[in-house]
Amino acid sequence: MLEMFHFKKDIPFMSYGKLTTAISLVTFLLAVFFLGYKGLNLSIEFTGGTVLEVRYSQPTELAKVRSQVEALNLSGKHTEIVVQALGTTRDVMIRLPNVSGISSAALSTKVMDELRKTDPQVEQRKVEFVGPSVGQELVTHGLTALTIVCLGIIAYLAIRFEWRFAVSAILANLHDVVIILGVFAFFQWEFSLTVLAAILAVLGYSVNESVVVFDRIRENFRKASLRGKSVPEVIDNAITATMSRTVITHGSTEMMVLAMLFFGGAALHGFAMALTIGIVFGIYSSVLVASPLLLAFGVTRENMIKPVKVKEEAVV
Amino acid sequence: MNRYPVWKYLIILIALAVGLIYSVPNLYGESPAVQISGARSSITVDNTVQARVEQLLTDAKLPLAGLILEGNSLKVRFKDVDTQLKAKTLIQEGMGDNYVVALNLLSNTPHWLTALGAHPMFLGLDLRGGVHFLLEIDMKAAVDKAFERIAGDVRRELKDKKIRAGAIKRSSTGVEVQLRDEETLRAARKAIENALPVVQIVQTSETGNYSLKLTLTEAELFRIKSDAVKQNIATLHNRVNELGTTEPIIQQQGADRIVVQLPGVQDTARAKDILGRTATLEVRMVEDDQAKLAEALNGNVPAGFELMEELDPRGNRQILVKKDVELTGENINDAQAGFDDQNQPAVHINLDGSGANIFRQLTAENIGKRMAMILVEKGKGQVVTAPVIRAEIGGGRVQISGAMTAADANDTALLLRAGSLAAPMDIVEERTIGPSLGKENIEKGFNSTLYGFAAIVIFMVIYYRVFGVTASIALAANVLFLIALLSMLQATLTLPGIAAIALTLGMAIDSNVLINERIREEVRNGAPPQTAIKAGYEHAWATILDSNITTLIAGVALLIFGSGAVRGFAVVHCLGILTSMFSAVVVSRGLVNLIYGYRRKVGKLAV
Repeated sequence: MLEMFHFKKDIPFMSYGKLTTAISLVTFLLAVFFLGYKGLNLSIEFTGGTVLEVRYSQPTELAKVRSQVEALNLSGKHTEIVVQALGTTRDVMIRLPNVSGISSAALSTKVMDELRKTDPQVEQRKVEFVGPSVGQELVTHGLTALTIVCLGIIAYLAIRFEWRFAVSAILANLHDVVIILGVFAFFQWEFSLTVLAAILAVLGYSVNESVVVFDRIRENFRKASLRGKSVPEVIDNAITATMSRTVITHGSTEMMVLAMLFFGGAALHGFAMALTIGIVFGIYSSVLVASPLLLAFGVTRENMIKPVKVKEEAVV
Repeated sequence: MNRYPVWKYLIILIALAVGLIYSVPNLYGESPAVQISGARSSITVDNTVQARVEQLLTDAKLPLAGLILEGNSLKVRFKDVDTQLKAKTLIQEGMGDNYVVALNLLSNTPHWLTALGAHPMFLGLDLRGGVHFLLEIDMKAAVDKAFERIAGDVRRELKDKKIRAGAIKRSSTGVEVQLRDEETLRAARKAIENALPVVQIVQTSETGNYSLKLTLTEAELFRIKSDAVKQNIATLHNRVNELGTTEPIIQQQGADRIVVQLPGVQDTARAKDILGRTATLEVRMVEDDQAKLAEALNGNVPAGFELMEELDPRGNRQILVKKDVELTGENINDAQAGFDDQNQPAVHINLDGSGANIFRQLTAENIGKRMAMILVEKGKGQVVTAPVIRAEIGGGRVQISGAMTAADANDTALLLRAGSLAAPMDIVEERTIGPSLGKENIEKGFNSTLYGFAAIVIFMVIYYRVFGVTASIALAANVLFLIALLSMLQATLTLPGIAAIALTLGMAIDSNVLINERIREEVRNGAPPQTAIKAGYEHAWATILDSNITTLIAGVALLIFGSGAVRGFAVVHCLGILTSMFSAVVVSRGLVNLIYGYRRKVGKLAV
């Protein structure tokens, strides 16, 4: 049997509680700091504006493209113009702010005409225009979705387990969300609608992780063989027992996500990036944040052992 | 103990067979085609049209690969793009303006599959290229227009009833009518209540200030707004038809937005030009002198007249109209299809105050003559209808009836209304994706899923051996189910959707890892092989359910609150979670049962 993660003795995860809490707190605060200090580099879906994706027949210099676009003097706010290579220097993305008094079609035609002066073969691959009113709505909808996801998960876990489990799982995973946002703010990666989708998917997915560990904790509380053990020891046993599954599952998902990151092209890049960070922190937080939190909330064996005990024994 | 009853195996087999049938159409690819449909709903595309098209093509010696008459459109399939383009020009010229001829791609799915309802997945614009617009209707303008109409009606009504009114003012919340004294106030109120039952009236009567404030009920405001959306959608449909695109999507989104998606269209500027165009309506007099008409048809049009096409389902006719414009669409408040006194289909037109005056005078002077309602688009006029004036028409309510079907009446009303949008619209979102980018997106999405899938399979087989093989087969079944489900539902597949397929597969393997780890643990604790399998599946089930439900909660929230990219992701994600529960638990268990369940003695589990 090929085994990578079989431990003879339980790893005392709970005794690292202070250390992990400290690490989490520091990363969390750093993430919050960068979110506040640098802010998210929101895509035009949120801010409004126009994005063009063009393909040159030959590799081109971004600085030249930029100066060409700036020379059009579209808005006077040159700082808001972004010119970026997409993978190769043949594919260029040009992002323009909303310009009042000029329609997006006219805007893209104007830019394309200018670009064709240097390379008549330049191909317009994608144009995206978003008016200013849509963005605000997306932000509200995004926040509503986040709230609903959190409440839904809390409610489900509270029914299936107990409120302590629900609250610690959500706190641990919100901490992941903030860290992903922080990383996006730090590197100034573009935060688009797909990234938002990835983050919410991560939220559901990481809660999985906590659920698996919690399931074990509950089972352990009911096990006769672990009856004499203290609560931290029971939790340690649960984490150790699920360790192998944790690493393999996340490894598998990560393989898929990495395939998207490397082969999915520019369109899936942000999505895959958010998932990668989410998965890595998801493992960390469900094991080393959710469980200590559970302990801090004072979970006891009695919380989990309800009157239906006799029937449950039969199943286990 | 590890044997399924026969019905369970049957369910798995049936599910796999159905999955196969419904996902297979995606492999056939597409061939170029030309689609012919009526320019208006009253024009039917039937066997005669089919015969005409076939005749045109055989005359030109263009080989066709198939003909499909479906609904109210005819699709002609061709071997290559070259023939398709030639055929399009040919058919367009041969069939005339009453038909819309558009380029299309038809799936090569064999007939027996389509008969079962199996179609390829519906690809979103980001995968097949095209233009997407999100238009927002200015509802305030729509409501303002309604108040303007009411103000006009009130003015006319009071004038008719000889009630002297002061200023009739329109505000953003309603219409205010100033009156002289208590008596006129009461009379005016009664007149308005009779004529306009939908308005709510608030009365102020104190010395020096006698006035009525007219507002609309919430229900009426709602009706106005939803009518505005409907009318704008109808107008957009009309205009999009002209672009000659196939399968345009024009639908309402939210309370005041309209999504327009035009697959295959690349020229955004033209698309926008056509969508944002304001066609105008003109009323002019028709010259029915046969001599003059014959002369004009010979190419000698008298001064002050011009020849125009009259739209007719039985073939357009040329008629001679005066160049003087008597009335324009500006004066039309509304046009609705309905029935006249004899229960014949008719179009009811509602004119505003000045329009009503002009119309009364025009009809009084021209009894017995014909007048033409002309829709002018891009400088080119077409006569929508040319009814005979039977009597003087006052009051601004015009009814056009005659030899028309209900569908004609609907079309005419629509065309008359199409003169102007119910309310102006703004483009709030626009997306153009080139066809090459679309292809590349499909390729990249497909490749990343394939590589990720392969990596998982290799790992699972090495790590869990036989149980890794069953897990991999279950995962493959999951892909099959998911694709079949997406094809069946004809849900739009976008690039985020492909990402969701990949991600869902990556997550789905979790269930099998949970199961396999549990089996290993049971084996480690000394359970005999058959018991270990049973206990492994049973213990893992609760965890699998919990974890999938939490993921599903996130997915459903995304589905409800997401828009665009997020929704495309969420649909596939949610479906994937559901199929994965079936494939990871039931299908893999079925396989394991087949492998181990019927052996008398299992030495050691290959897990």
